[in-house]
Amino acid sequence: MTVIGWIQIFLYCAIVVALVKPLGWYMTRVFNGESTFLSPVLRPVERGLYWIGGVDEKREQHWLTYTVAMLLFHVGGFLVIYGLMRLQALLPFNPQDQSAVAPDLSFNTAISFITNTNWQNYGGESTLSYLVQMLGLTHQNFLSSATGIALAVALIRGFSRSSMRTIGNFWVDVTRCTLYVLLPICVVYTLFLVWQGMPQTLGAYVDATTLEGGKQTIAVGPVASQVAIKMLGTNGGGFFNANAAHPFENPTALSNFVQMLSIFVIGAAMTNVFGRMVGDQRQGWAILGVMGVLFLAGVAITYWAEANGTSTLTALGLSGGNMEGKEIRFGIVASSLFAVVTTAASCGAVNAMHDSFTALGGMIPLINMQLGEIIVGGVGAGLYGMLLFVVLAIFVAGLMVGRTPEYVGKKIEAREVKMAMLAILVLPLMYLGWTAVAVVFPPAVASMANAGPHGFTEVLYAFTSATGNNGSAFGGLTGNTMFYNLTLASSMFVGRFFMIVPAMAIAGSLAAKKSIPPSAGTLPTTGGLFVGLVVGVILIIGGLTFFPALALGPIVEHLAMNANNLF
Amino acid sequence: MLREIRPAIILLLLLTAITGLAYPLAMTAIADVIFPKQAQGSLIEKDGKVIGSALIGQEFKEDKYFHGRLSATSAPDPADSTKTVSAPYNAANSGGSNLGPTSKALADRLKEDVDKLKAENPNASVPVDLVTTSASGLDPDISPEAALFQVPRVANARKMPEERVRQLVTEHTQGRMAGLLGEVRVNVLALNLALDAATAK
Repeated sequence: MTVIGWIQIFLYCAIVVALVKPLGWYMTRVFNGESTFLSPVLRPVERGLYWIGGVDEKREQHWLTYTVAMLLFHVGGFLVIYGLMRLQALLPFNPQDQSAVAPDLSFNTAISFITNTNWQNYGGESTLSYLVQMLGLTHQNFLSSATGIALAVALIRGFSRSSMRTIGNFWVDVTRCTLYVLLPICVVYTLFLVWQGMPQTLGAYVDATTLEGGKQTIAVGPVASQVAIKMLGTNGGGFFNANAAHPFENPTALSNFVQMLSIFVIGAAMTNVFGRMVGDQRQGWAILGVMGVLFLAGVAITYWAEANGTSTLTALGLSGGNMEGKEIRFGIVASSLFAVVTTAASCGAVNAMHDSFTALGGMIPLINMQLGEIIVGGVGAGLYGMLLFVVLAIFVAGLMVGRTPEYVGKKIEAREVKMAMLAILVLPLMYLGWTAVAVVFPPAVASMANAGPHGFTEVLYAFTSATGNNGSAFGGLTGNTMFYNLTLASSMFVGRFFMIVPAMAIAGSLAAKKSIPPSAGTLPTTGGLFVGLVVGVILIIGGLTFFPALALGPIVEHLAMNANNLF
Repeated sequence: MLREIRPAIILLLLLTAITGLAYPLAMTAIADVIFPKQAQGSLIEKDGKVIGSALIGQEFKEDKYFHGRLSATSAPDPADSTKTVSAPYNAANSGGSNLGPTSKALADRLKEDVDKLKAENPNASVPVDLVTTSASGLDPDISPEAALFQVPRVANARKMPEERVRQLVTEHTQGRMAGLLGEVRVNVLALNLALDAATAK
């Protein structure tokens, strides 16, 4: 670890924190339906969309209607992607003549993108036409992230409203999020990325004759426009197979830094939106504080582990850290930071190969996802995931003092706690359950690239990443098989929607309750005690759930490495 | 709830058209005007022919060139399309080795490469980036240590004074952005082009 490395990490954190308030202010205006500086241009477009779509923007929805609208929207999104992939050979913008994608891979990819996972069983430059990349993947990057944000806003309304039956209008929330938040940032961001060296072209791949006379086919494409939303919307699905490690998908140290910022910025600002909407910004800062504690702990461990390298490297006298699967322009620190950021949020883009990380360095990304990606988290998804843990923490605190727990003026009662537990328990059911099946099913075992405990970790990571809607991978695992395409798709689906529906039920039930003013017996939820309590609940629930699985994977591998056992 | 079906279909189609077609196509058109070189892939041409991209590493094996990092990229086997064969620096199929820290295959590969490099230059310690594969398999850069390590071999192959080659390495060493972000590095293709130019003189 170096001083300049830590300076980069703290600079990163400082900029994220500095952006929380302005962006939180702007997004609160957007979701409250107020006008913004972009309204003169965008408002007519917005009204046109409602008019053609038959949406009455004044009419709000019950939580169930809101959820059904969201689900219908996703059925359509699924059909669009699946259809485009199956038919890509017949459609335009296909200069490389990519053939139709197989049914199971198309199914997996379509589920992957509507759930904001972007698991890459597809090969990017070797599998997909430009049309699929744009119309299939780029569009769903926008809509799945807009959906996540809309759902979080709906849950916030549950907290901030009093005695109401409705939680907003899904169509209005998604449209406004796309038009006023995501698109304008992406337009500027795309141009920045192209300036840094990212291609943005519809031309065919370029054939080059190298200095030594060899032939090199260089894949290009409309990369920048997709990468902008891929990062900002915490989607993470790469244009290229190597994702953000590919020099075209992340050309410079600056592009890398800004990409990391863009992963966190909306998720972090959502805590401020929460604070503003419930009428006390300190409530938002307290939640961001919980996230910050867990984040910095993860960064420190991964950076330390990667800078130390492996016993194999040390034995050969190679210093400078674990550079296997890392790029020179990022080095140890920017690769470690990126890995923690991308898994703390549910982004899943990678700028280094997580499979080649040290055992402990790779365990932190795994833990980040197993905690439910609540450390900033996916856009929107991170906030509603974190609020589920807050509900539990408040409940535990209430038990300790024997009072009905309250949070930002709402009584937390049996229904909320049950729903929160349901949402939280669904995740380990999927990733532990499917991992258990995979390790005793010979065709699934054959997909492992590494032997020994590392092979087990590859499988555990895959199902964790899919269930958490992250999308990063221990890439050695051959995921493009019938077994993994179907089981991973089911993990992504359950991990997304079985968390959303209980969260929306909570939103509905909270909105219907009366707001009560805080009394002398109310636990203050803005101070260090509250932050510590939530961190504790997260770690205890998380630790009890997945520690045994970690012991079989990264922990035993670390011990084996120190004993010079190779597999 | 039935009345949600119409917006589900129509808004999906309209927003798809906006974000999936209008946005990327407009960005392509604008980028082509403002940053035409980057938008096409930062291609380098020599005598009218494309010889590569400034951002994409390419394979160097000859002694007279600086070598880049190891690349684990592959390509479909021409004999059997269900299998793949090793194809370093395949810029149409990026990827890393994905070998883990306790991999025996990785340990064996490292040992073999370290021994080879020690034989080539016994006077310097082997830089870690010369024996590890990059994440993309297309890393255009190496560390300055890795470049300096290769100076004796390159100078010998080109019958150039080592001092001159070392000077070229120094000239092509790029620092951190604003002294802060990223790592110090040398772009291998740019360095090799400069070498060729210096030899031609």
